Amino acid sequence: MNNKTKTPLFHVSRRAALPWYKTWAIRGAALLLALVLSGIITSLVTGEDPFAVYGAIWKGSFGTTRKFWVLLQNIAMLLCVSLAVTPAFRMRCWNLGAEGQALIGGLASAACMITLADKLPNWAVILCMIVTSLLAGAIWAGIPAFFKARFNTNETLFTLMMNYVATQLVAYYCVVWESPKGSGTIGIINPKTQIGWLPQFPSQKYLLNVVVVAVVCVLVYIYLNYSKHGYEIAVVGESERTARYVGIKVEKVIIRTMLLSGAICGLAGLLLVGSTNHTLTTTIVDGRGFTAVMVSWLAKFNPVWMILTSFLLVFLGRGAGEIATKFGLNRSFGDILTGIILFCIIGSEFFINYEIKLTRGAGKEG
Amino acid sequence: MDNKIAAVTMRNITKRFGPTLANDKVWLNIYRGEILALLGENGSGKTTLMNMLSGIYFPDEGEIAIDGKPVVIRSPKDAFALGIGMIHQHFKLVDVLTAAENIVLGLPGKLDLKAASRKIKEICDTYGFEVDPDQKIYDMSVSQKQTVEIVKVLYRGADILILDEPTAVLTPQETDKLFAVLRNMRDDGKAIVIITHKMHEVESLSDRVAILRHGQFIGDMPTKSTNAQEMTNMMVGHPVTLNIDRPEPVDPHPRIEVRDLTVRDIEGTVKLDHVSFTANSGEILGIAGISGSGQKELLEAIAGLQPVESGSIEYVDDSGKREQLIGKDPFAIQEMGVALSFVPEDRLGMGLVANMDLGNNMMLRSYRKGRGIFTNRKAPYKLAHQMVDFLEISTPSVETPVRRLSGGNVQKVLVGREIANAPSVLLTAYAVRGLDINSSYLIYDTINSQKMRGVAVIYVGEDLDVLLELCDRILVLCGGKVSGIVPGRGAKKREVGMMMTKLGGEADE
Repeated sequence: MNNKTKTPLFHVSRRAALPWYKTWAIRGAALLLALVLSGIITSLVTGEDPFAVYGAIWKGSFGTTRKFWVLLQNIAMLLCVSLAVTPAFRMRCWNLGAEGQALIGGLASAACMITLADKLPNWAVILCMIVTSLLAGAIWAGIPAFFKARFNTNETLFTLMMNYVATQLVAYYCVVWESPKGSGTIGIINPKTQIGWLPQFPSQKYLLNVVVVAVVCVLVYIYLNYSKHGYEIAVVGESERTARYVGIKVEKVIIRTMLLSGAICGLAGLLLVGSTNHTLTTTIVDGRGFTAVMVSWLAKFNPVWMILTSFLLVFLGRGAGEIATKFGLNRSFGDILTGIILFCIIGSEFFINYEIKLTRGAGKEG
Repeated sequence: MDNKIAAVTMRNITKRFGPTLANDKVWLNIYRGEILALLGENGSGKTTLMNMLSGIYFPDEGEIAIDGKPVVIRSPKDAFALGIGMIHQHFKLVDVLTAAENIVLGLPGKLDLKAASRKIKEICDTYGFEVDPDQKIYDMSVSQKQTVEIVKVLYRGADILILDEPTAVLTPQETDKLFAVLRNMRDDGKAIVIITHKMHEVESLSDRVAILRHGQFIGDMPTKSTNAQEMTNMMVGHPVTLNIDRPEPVDPHPRIEVRDLTVRDIEGTVKLDHVSFTANSGEILGIAGISGSGQKELLEAIAGLQPVESGSIEYVDDSGKREQLIGKDPFAIQEMGVALSFVPEDRLGMGLVANMDLGNNMMLRSYRKGRGIFTNRKAPYKLAHQMVDFLEISTPSVETPVRRLSGGNVQKVLVGREIANAPSVLLTAYAVRGLDINSSYLIYDTINSQKMRGVAVIYVGEDLDVLLELCDRILVLCGGKVSGIVPGRGAKKREVGMMMTKLGGEADE
């Protein structure tokens, strides 16, 4: 009965580390494959010329100066939230509450703008906004961190639930502060006095966010890779037992890192409310708290690579919107293309870590 | 024996892991009615070779034949169908199920535990096992679990058995029992392969030895016609001496004084029960005992990692000043100026960070040094380079994650870092477990040189022969209590073995 077993055609084995140019060749090939695949699907399903569709995707981000700045602003905000979750992720602490932490930071900013506008000078209001939004975000992350450190609760579920609490709080205050009355929304805050609006570079409305996030990116990179805290985070993430063995206070590191994570989320909320939108809605963070998870993972928790991955995701998202309007396609079609591209890119990591060996002389020899 | 058809013939087997050649054109014959000892240093490819036989890996090149017929083994299931069963170092049993349930788990057909129990009894009677089919796994000792693993393999009809370092976790008495069973199985016509590092076991048990070095097949011969020295030389590739040095203690005076130490685990079970002893500087204190007798808790209590219920652990410095260590974590102990080094049993899970490279692992002990918020990254990498040269660590570079290194090299990294601290107390748990002869002797030498420096060494070991040769005094633990402390010079193996299983060691009869 054993005669029937045939030598397998191929088997999978682990590769040694590849030189960097080979890994990038594999990734490039994956991107190329993704473009060809999505081109074929586009022509089959919609009958549109795939090159025209690619062109539209490109134009969605680079078509006009304005679109380009919207692209930059979106990258900056997504990157900001991604930078926030990364220290926690490096510690293998899955902070899925960035959405809520940013929202609560935004709520704190809006509260300062609305309630302090006629009591304090502009600079003091802005100072209050900065302090309270960072603090609010930190507290929102600190609560689950405390319970994780103290009672070993599951941070994934806890931070997720905190998102709903934040959304409900904002929904409540949207009614309390509604303007005009009966609209159920806050509208632009202090439209005339512009109190609490963060200062802008004269040339560009969105430049402030981009600059702030760029600085945060550099700081987070240095903090994680070169500081004693960053080293402790890495050790705790890899093995709590090793951390205790060298006398690292694991509970302290968990709480400290989550506070930092939340504070950066709070900063994102501050920028969204104080600089970009000058208003507050329950959807102002726009799912970035969750997209950030993908940005951070794709970049393997490296802040510098995250610039690239957040660009990729924002670029694809803007492109999806553009083809939806230009070709009258459903927006979901853009999402399908995004899915194909991400699938190929993530899938290419398999071929970087493993190789497929064909078995020589399969099934012959006897 | 010459004309017999081999139960297993492995021809020209080659297996690569990336650029590493784990097996290089290996030829090996395994015969029925024979116990084959497979010897080789760490990383010589013994386990890889056997994993290909049991279907875990698939060879890149070469053929395998069973009873002269070529076969293809793609999975453990294929291996079982061919009657090949492997007992791994780490048991694969479900704790909450009984022995019988574990044994029939995953087998096709109707679940008939009664019939299974009968068949298990039969197997046990044939070979002299003792297994209670209805006992839960979590109630079993390590040796009982191992027995269940062996019965599981036999139950599935295996007649070619591979055991990967089966005695690493057993007491001398348990080892004797296992060997008796293995001999019975051999006499019953089964083919048995045993992977081990312990020479005296090879000599007392096996009929034939086969030796691998650096993935290549070096040779095989009947055990009777060779000796430990020759086998070791073949494994290593050059002559080595097999004696462990034991220099006289250097100016011993009390360094660690433990009084009435009592420790309970989280479930409230007493792990250490009023343990008292003194560890002297310039001396190696061996700790013997069946695994799980409180060795881990004892070392971790001294290192500040284990909460203590009562008792005292005092550190005595050179001027005679005493400091209480209980209630302090490792960082606090370090801050007190006590250079306490600890080589824990779980190297990759506790002593090192598996995914970090050598340099970053060196940094674990030193990253707090220096003012400011930044780490000094140059010093640890320099230290890593020194360690690689000094301890002959074979690694592609100091930027290689330690999980990619072989067991012996991982241990060298850990021991190297711990002695780089210039300790005054060195705690080691199973320092040579899984290490080959060469690496083991390097570790013994390193420990001895620390002793000569005046370090108080506490050496938890499992190989009684080594404990008796290396240690100045041996403390025997039995069920969390001190069964006795004997001088290392002149102690009898049997006597210490008895003390491990019975307080005080006196037999009833």
